[in-house]
Amino acid sequence: MAYSFPEEVLEYVFSFINSDKDRNAVSLVCKSWYEIERWCRRRIFIGNCYAVSPGIMIRRFPEIRSVEIKGKPHFADFNLVPEGWGGYVYPWVIAMSRAYPWLEEIRLKRMVVSDECLELISKSFKNFKVLVMSSCEGFSTDGLASVAANCRNLKELDLRESEVEDLSGHWLSHFPDTCTSLVSLNIACLGSEVSFSALERLVSRCPNLRMLQLNRAVPLEKLPNLLRGAPQLAELGTGAYSAELRPELLSSLLDAFTGCKKLKGLSGFWDVVPAYLPAIYPVCHGLTSLNLSYATIQSPDISKLISQCQNLQRLWVLDYIEDGGLDILATTCKNLEELRVFPSDPYGVEQNVSLTEQGLVSVSEGCPKLQSVLYFCRRMSNASLVTIAQNRPNLIRFRLCIIEARATDYLTLEPLDAGFGAIVENCRELRRLSLSGLLTDRVFEYIGKHAKKLEMLSIAFAGDGDLGLHHVLSGCESLRKLEIRDSPFGDKALLANAAKLETMRSLWMSSCSVSYGACKLLGQRLPRLNVEVIDERGTPESRPESCHIEKLYIYRTVAGRRFDTPDFIWTVDEEGNAPLRIA
Amino acid sequence: MEVVSILGEMKGKMKYDETELRLGIGLPGNSNKAVKNNSMHVSSGATNVNGKRGFVETTNVDLKLNLVSSKVESDELVDQVADSKEIKNLLGGAGSTDSVVKPPAKAQVVGWPPVRSSYRKNISSLNKAANKKGDEENEKVMSSPMGATFVKVSLDGAPYLRKVDLKMYKSYQELSDALGNMFNSFTIGNCGSQGMMDFMNESKLMDLLNNSDYVPTYEDKDGDWMLVGDVPWEMFVGSCKRLRIMKGAEAIGLAPRAMEKCKNRT
Repeated sequence: MAYSFPEEVLEYVFSFINSDKDRNAVSLVCKSWYEIERWCRRRIFIGNCYAVSPGIMIRRFPEIRSVEIKGKPHFADFNLVPEGWGGYVYPWVIAMSRAYPWLEEIRLKRMVVSDECLELISKSFKNFKVLVMSSCEGFSTDGLASVAANCRNLKELDLRESEVEDLSGHWLSHFPDTCTSLVSLNIACLGSEVSFSALERLVSRCPNLRMLQLNRAVPLEKLPNLLRGAPQLAELGTGAYSAELRPELLSSLLDAFTGCKKLKGLSGFWDVVPAYLPAIYPVCHGLTSLNLSYATIQSPDISKLISQCQNLQRLWVLDYIEDGGLDILATTCKNLEELRVFPSDPYGVEQNVSLTEQGLVSVSEGCPKLQSVLYFCRRMSNASLVTIAQNRPNLIRFRLCIIEARATDYLTLEPLDAGFGAIVENCRELRRLSLSGLLTDRVFEYIGKHAKKLEMLSIAFAGDGDLGLHHVLSGCESLRKLEIRDSPFGDKALLANAAKLETMRSLWMSSCSVSYGACKLLGQRLPRLNVEVIDERGTPESRPESCHIEKLYIYRTVAGRRFDTPDFIWTVDEEGNAPLRIA
Repeated sequence: MEVVSILGEMKGKMKYDETELRLGIGLPGNSNKAVKNNSMHVSSGATNVNGKRGFVETTNVDLKLNLVSSKVESDELVDQVADSKEIKNLLGGAGSTDSVVKPPAKAQVVGWPPVRSSYRKNISSLNKAANKKGDEENEKVMSSPMGATFVKVSLDGAPYLRKVDLKMYKSYQELSDALGNMFNSFTIGNCGSQGMMDFMNESKLMDLLNNSDYVPTYEDKDGDWMLVGDVPWEMFVGSCKRLRIMKGAEAIGLAPRAMEKCKNRT
């Protein structure tokens, strides 16, 4: 007699399982679990919009309420992916508008979104609540106006660093007076002024507003009133933080900030005038997150601020903080988990600030909970990296950018292999690593040997040859995303580890030594991979197969090849051809 | 050709290793230090390192300019070859009257260092604003709209466009360097000491158009196509809507306007 457990009970149990991994595991247990799970999955994450099609998603999961989709490869952030590459969300929105009338949330990253798309979203989903567009592009403030006007229950509108065609600030006035549902509004990336009175009214009538990130055009004088209308704010991004020195403005600000008892996160601070910083002192003690990456203030002012933020968990700051400021951070912020230090002058030839590897060493010593690091500096040594690694074996993300490509250990003039080797050897939980400086194949040997939990690796101007890539592909068991530029890796390593590519989300290689012939072989052997050759010089078929291609993007997919590629991208098909397109 | 032969001499002196790495962009690497296995070699479409014959032949966009002053020549070459101090010494006399004291900007590699374009855009305008402030803390800093000054750049013959953010650069020379890197060994030549294209001289202008393969042009707010370098940099940034690097022959048609302006100025 077959033992059976009522479906409803299983469904109930599954409703407590939210992680994608767990859900996927559940669906593999048996057919009936697969069926039950697919009907009750509400949230889906698609890491590569071309890995699966909207149709496949909809067929399998008919009751989705929340979708998160990512498009372009990460290196698109640095202009390495040409315009027109793809990542269009429109086909997804069209399909979902028919299949998911109850869709509530759309989160997009590095995708191309049009105004038509936004209008379609605003009109198709009656209960639409959350729209997050991170590093997206292709839309204008007109699209935002549709969203504001039509989404009755909008809770979150977050434009995180998207490139928006800023036609006017008038779009914000399209929020109807009846809209009181906003919980989160991030318009920091917009250039033009939004209608301030509309903003003020919107903010004060939304009692649940938790996060508000203004754009630079909102002047400091307007901030006190805004804050008084939303004392419940947990996260605030200021506009321009400067004004003529006026005591009454300072005290008004001080007053307003004192009233924000729940403030945990601060950002913005464009054009910051140090004299106005004391206004935020009342909230410093409660802050867990501080983003000063646009604050062009000097180390003494930064230090004064930080010395009051004893509970800080996350700090993003410019290198104006200098080693001195990082020392203070190390002494004060014992709960620090994440540190990002950005370059104030990334293209300058000479060092403009006194920030060196010492700052990072101090923080690694002083902050026992530090797990996530992004650090731009101009010099590094193996010894410091070893120290950091030994201090912080709990690191999960370590991204170091030594600004000069192929910089050696400044003390010994050697490559930085040993330093990064120490990082991967000591930090057993490391999931993300970005390398820089002069590196030989040695470092990849260490990575392949030790970095067993590594999921994402970024390589630039490194390595000696195929062996380096081979170490990584054969050794890093958890690798999902690999992105490489300007490194002499080529065919042998790729072909020897072809099967590995199906276990990864994607591989990006640009300005490396991969030949077209190897791409063809990969495309032939592995039908579940899309092998896309990006080359500006016309079809790769017109050159010898041994010719190196410019850029390569390989990703696994169950959706087959895509058909929205522009002229300069060729997908190698199963016959190993990259067909000439019909003009 | 003068340019190529000087480059050839320098290559010999610098003893760059031949390498497999394809794009012959001078990198901001440590050429002062020990020779590395993978140092990029400087290419102006000359040596073919790895069988890329197709590329060199079909899309060589070397701009064959008659560079007029040797001072400017040395600056150009210095920019192309990046790490400059040694090179300036090598060139000795040619660069001795150089009034520019600071080291020239390193040739920018696309996407390095890896900062997001939105971030770069913000930071550069913030730094400019901060510099303007000087000692006056209470001066209200101009917050110019952060609307993108991204313009599309097309190169005749290249299948895809690029985008550049004009606010990232302070002069035509910087823009030219950036474009050079994007389109690979392409230079807009001959910037005078004010950083403006030397269009003031009619004969120099004709030389430029007659001798060069490619000429940068732009579409301004009124929809007119103009030669890049006509106007002061700031004005250019404010009025440029898109850039097109066209073949010199086609640009001849634009010359009369530039000529008019030359005449009007003298």
